[in-house]
Amino acid sequence: MKKTVFRILKYCKPYRGCLIMTMLCTLIGVSLSLLVPILIGEAVDCAVGQGNVNFDGLARIALILAAAVLVSGVFQWISGLFINRLAFGTVKDLRTELTAKLEEVPLRYIDGNARGDMIARVISDIEIISDGLLQGFAQLFTGVVTIVGTLLFMLTINVKITAIVVLMTPISFFVASKITTLSHNSFQRQSALRGEMGGLTEEMIGGQKIVKAFAYEDRAVERFETLNRELGDASLKATFFSSMSNPSTRFVNGLIYAAVGTVGALGAIGVLPWVGVMSVGRLASFLSYSNQYTKPFNEISGVIAELQNAVSCAQRVFEVLDTPSEPDDSHLETLTDCNGTLEFRDVHFSYVPEKPLIHNFSMRAQDGQRIAIVGPTGCGKSTIINLLLRFYEVDSGCITLDGKPTTSLTRDSLRSRFGMVLQETWIFTGTVAENIAYGKPDATREEIERAAKAAYAHGFIKRLPNGYDTVISDTSGLSQGQKQLLCIARIMLTDPPMLILDEATSSIDIRTEQRIQRAFEALMKGKTSFIIAHRLSTIRSADHILVMRDGNIIEQGNHEKLMQQGGFYANLYQSQFAQ
Amino acid sequence: MQHLLRFLKPYRKELILGPFFKLLEAIFELIVPVVMAKIIDNGIANGDGAYIGKMCGLIVLLGVCGLGFALTCQYFAAKCAFGFGTDLRSAIYRHINTLSHTEIDRFGTSTLINRITADASGAQTAVNMFIRLAVRAPFLIIGSIVMALLIDVKLSLIFLIIAPIVGLLLYFVMNRTIPMYGANQKKLDSIARRTGENLDGMRVIRAFSRQKQEKAEFAQECEDLERSMLAVGKISAVLNPLTFMIMNLGIVAVIWFGGIQIDSGSLSQGDLTAFANYMTQILLAMVVMANLIVILTKGQASALRVHEVLNTPTSMENGQAQPDAQQEEAISFSHVDFAYAGAGDNSLDDITFTLKKGQTLGIIGGTGSGKSTLANLIPRFYDATKGEIRVFGKPVQDYDMHSLRRMIGVVPQKAVLFTGTIAENLRWADENASDAQLQRAMEIAQAADFVGKTQYGMQTHLVQGGRNLSGGQKQRLTIARALAGNPEILILDDSMSALDYATDLALRTALREKCSSMTTIMISQRATSLMGADLILVMDDGRCVGQGTHAQLLETCEEYREIYDSQMQ
Repeated sequence: MKKTVFRILKYCKPYRGCLIMTMLCTLIGVSLSLLVPILIGEAVDCAVGQGNVNFDGLARIALILAAAVLVSGVFQWISGLFINRLAFGTVKDLRTELTAKLEEVPLRYIDGNARGDMIARVISDIEIISDGLLQGFAQLFTGVVTIVGTLLFMLTINVKITAIVVLMTPISFFVASKITTLSHNSFQRQSALRGEMGGLTEEMIGGQKIVKAFAYEDRAVERFETLNRELGDASLKATFFSSMSNPSTRFVNGLIYAAVGTVGALGAIGVLPWVGVMSVGRLASFLSYSNQYTKPFNEISGVIAELQNAVSCAQRVFEVLDTPSEPDDSHLETLTDCNGTLEFRDVHFSYVPEKPLIHNFSMRAQDGQRIAIVGPTGCGKSTIINLLLRFYEVDSGCITLDGKPTTSLTRDSLRSRFGMVLQETWIFTGTVAENIAYGKPDATREEIERAAKAAYAHGFIKRLPNGYDTVISDTSGLSQGQKQLLCIARIMLTDPPMLILDEATSSIDIRTEQRIQRAFEALMKGKTSFIIAHRLSTIRSADHILVMRDGNIIEQGNHEKLMQQGGFYANLYQSQFAQ
Repeated sequence: MQHLLRFLKPYRKELILGPFFKLLEAIFELIVPVVMAKIIDNGIANGDGAYIGKMCGLIVLLGVCGLGFALTCQYFAAKCAFGFGTDLRSAIYRHINTLSHTEIDRFGTSTLINRITADASGAQTAVNMFIRLAVRAPFLIIGSIVMALLIDVKLSLIFLIIAPIVGLLLYFVMNRTIPMYGANQKKLDSIARRTGENLDGMRVIRAFSRQKQEKAEFAQECEDLERSMLAVGKISAVLNPLTFMIMNLGIVAVIWFGGIQIDSGSLSQGDLTAFANYMTQILLAMVVMANLIVILTKGQASALRVHEVLNTPTSMENGQAQPDAQQEEAISFSHVDFAYAGAGDNSLDDITFTLKKGQTLGIIGGTGSGKSTLANLIPRFYDATKGEIRVFGKPVQDYDMHSLRRMIGVVPQKAVLFTGTIAENLRWADENASDAQLQRAMEIAQAADFVGKTQYGMQTHLVQGGRNLSGGQKQRLTIARALAGNPEILILDDSMSALDYATDLALRTALREKCSSMTTIMISQRATSLMGADLILVMDDGRCVGQGTHAQLLETCEEYREIYDSQMQ
């Protein structure tokens, strides 16, 4: 906890000017505002009764009071502005760093963490840190200044009663901390249930059409209501326990108030000689200050809960920031040109250590060859691509490009040699043109259109409301096939030296696919390319076919040779014509 | 809020008693200074130690009562608010389940999720704060003003001037900032969207080496957000200091004019002190009121959005008829047209065909040609705009929707599974299906093999809707899920695209052999998968350009021949 707080403070460092100014302005603003009760008291003393009003004194005090109020107000305002700068600036830095980190962590980390959870860290966790920082810090500091200030004023009036007040303050803290621990557990249960509820809602409403297709509504409602009731129950407890803290501390303050009043009054009539005699007016002032003194303790207990929450959110954010990035490789060789000879040598790999996936995998692709990978689902075809582009690193063995181990090259230069189209399409929110030009942001409109035409996407794009300037997103109603065409257009535009097509045309209808195949032929001419596909017609013309099963290559060769062998591939090929 | 009042009805008791106890607490709180004044006036003046002790006991007693009242109020507030929120969420969810696909499309999934989570809890918070604050703050404002008027009418004029000024200030600041907060929220949503898209597309981003640009765009958005947050902050930072200044300048005025009145003998010194205290109280209460208004305004907006969902009737009337699967004619379409709500053009145009029980219908055609739309009309996910669809002899509109859909097994194009075990997923269609039934369904769907190989078999837990499965495995499980309900009609909407040919063939063979009485509709891109069908529809841009068996279509339908040839070369 302490370490996390210090770490948050480190993020405030660029804004330490704001921090100092905030503290200074709060100090001045709050101190001046503490003068107000004394001045009002003095002013009242100037107006004793009929015909007995000291107008000179009254005017003087009124002027001082007005000045104190105005100056205090201005400083409070300035301190508010500075604290905004501090909190919003810190949050911006933190969020920028976190989002930048996402671009650097290994894919294994992204694949292994729930998407919604990561978004929550970027959005709501950081918001809570901001609230905790902004409100927490402002209230904490104001509270401390108020406590110190009122303490000083009380000490000037009566040291002994002040000691009584100070001795009683731990009760306030004790009660507050009891309530905090009590509500902490309910809050934890509440947030766990809320998370579960969010998951269920997202899943069920997201799959509402399936719920309806299976007439599953009643059971879905039942599941929802069970969880909903539990959540309602937990929220009630959490909210009630936490809302106890205000009345309870207020009660303790009331006790302090009563104690001060009794002791002061008894002192005044001489029953308690050690207190010393106090005038009625001074007792009234003292009571007013002791009231002000205890108030911040109320707020501080709330602030502590807020800060605790912020700290646990900060821990979640720092957890991401502490994930090792892909190591810096800027000192490595930048691949500028290569002929495209690729080799896998004795590669071993597994996603989870106990389940080996790829073992002893070796293959060689000559410059300009077209390599097809065939095999049943889950046999490791896509993993080969993960390794080739170094999204994942091999456990042992080595992959070389032009004889150079890929680990001796910068990742960026290695990846930019390849054009990749995956089965899982990726469309981001932006115009059609921006989506196509993703790999070449400075492409002209002519180039973009040419690429779209090559991918047979031009036709449907022109029918969109604003053509190439239509804003699209993954959920904006494009069919899976249309999205694939856009992803293909991306590659057509960048014209990379090597190609990877992983089920690139699986959702495109056959007539269009035929045409795209022709475009791919042209694109692949003279380039090393990898093709993963189910449609064996796509694969037949490959120079070299790898047949994979359970992470191993079980057959390899060209189509004719494999058909002659009459093995697994021949079987697979025949089955597509069977009825 | 008035739209959701009916959800508060069961909590009428809490809704009334909560504020009542809060009021008691506030009154008790106001009595304490009076008692203290008595201590000073009577106890000290007379030197009566016993009286002082007694009165102090009274203060402690008042404190205990106040604590009790406050806790009672908080409890009632929480009980009412969370009871209300829980009922509301249930009602929304129940209502969503009555909506048809048309309304679900119109709202969109993310909107519905927001309504049931964020908006429901916004309304809930409003109720909670309403009970806790709505009585106390106005009570203090009105009470103080009345007390001030009782003491001195002329001096009270200062109140009547200052209160509207503070009111205007509050109104101005809120009026300016609330829309700005809305704009900030949009910016934050945009960052959330970008984060999601980045996580989804990380492979593409890295393949194109665009990390630097993505970082820059993120940084740009974060900076944008900071700038507009600072802009709102600038305005709202004015509120508290300015209220503080106006309030205390009011007190200065009270003191000055009060001094004149005291001099003329129409006001006492104690009255002046009281006046200053009331001034403080009023303005503090006004700030609380302002915050309450913000919460209630937000709650009101949430309530309206919730109401919009609750008030949307389903566009489909439920029928009464129960299915009779003995009819020989399983499905018939007669001159069916269909257009999506809000779309200009028909997505289906004049579709007519008849399918007998136990037959297989194949649908083939290009992307966007209307294949899935056609299949969606059979379980009545949408109603045809023109023409008639009959299932087992009766128009689909006549059926009780649940009975109709229980009879139909649907395998959607996108393989969606749900968190839970494989067995739980397979029991979606039939809650009471035996393990043997599930096993049989998995065997037909060619899923038994890989499920059997996992450590826990059917009890394997699917993480986040099956992220731990490959695409092909998910597809096979969705097929098994549909089969586990022993449907009369099976709809496979291009559900085998991720299967290799050998598995595809094994699956079709198993379906033919083990489910011969089942009527099957199979949408596919592969002509070979459909060759054995009893009837094949060739779709093109919403129209049916050819129907018949494989052999007939090869003769008569040019589009079909083209597709077939391209795959057979």
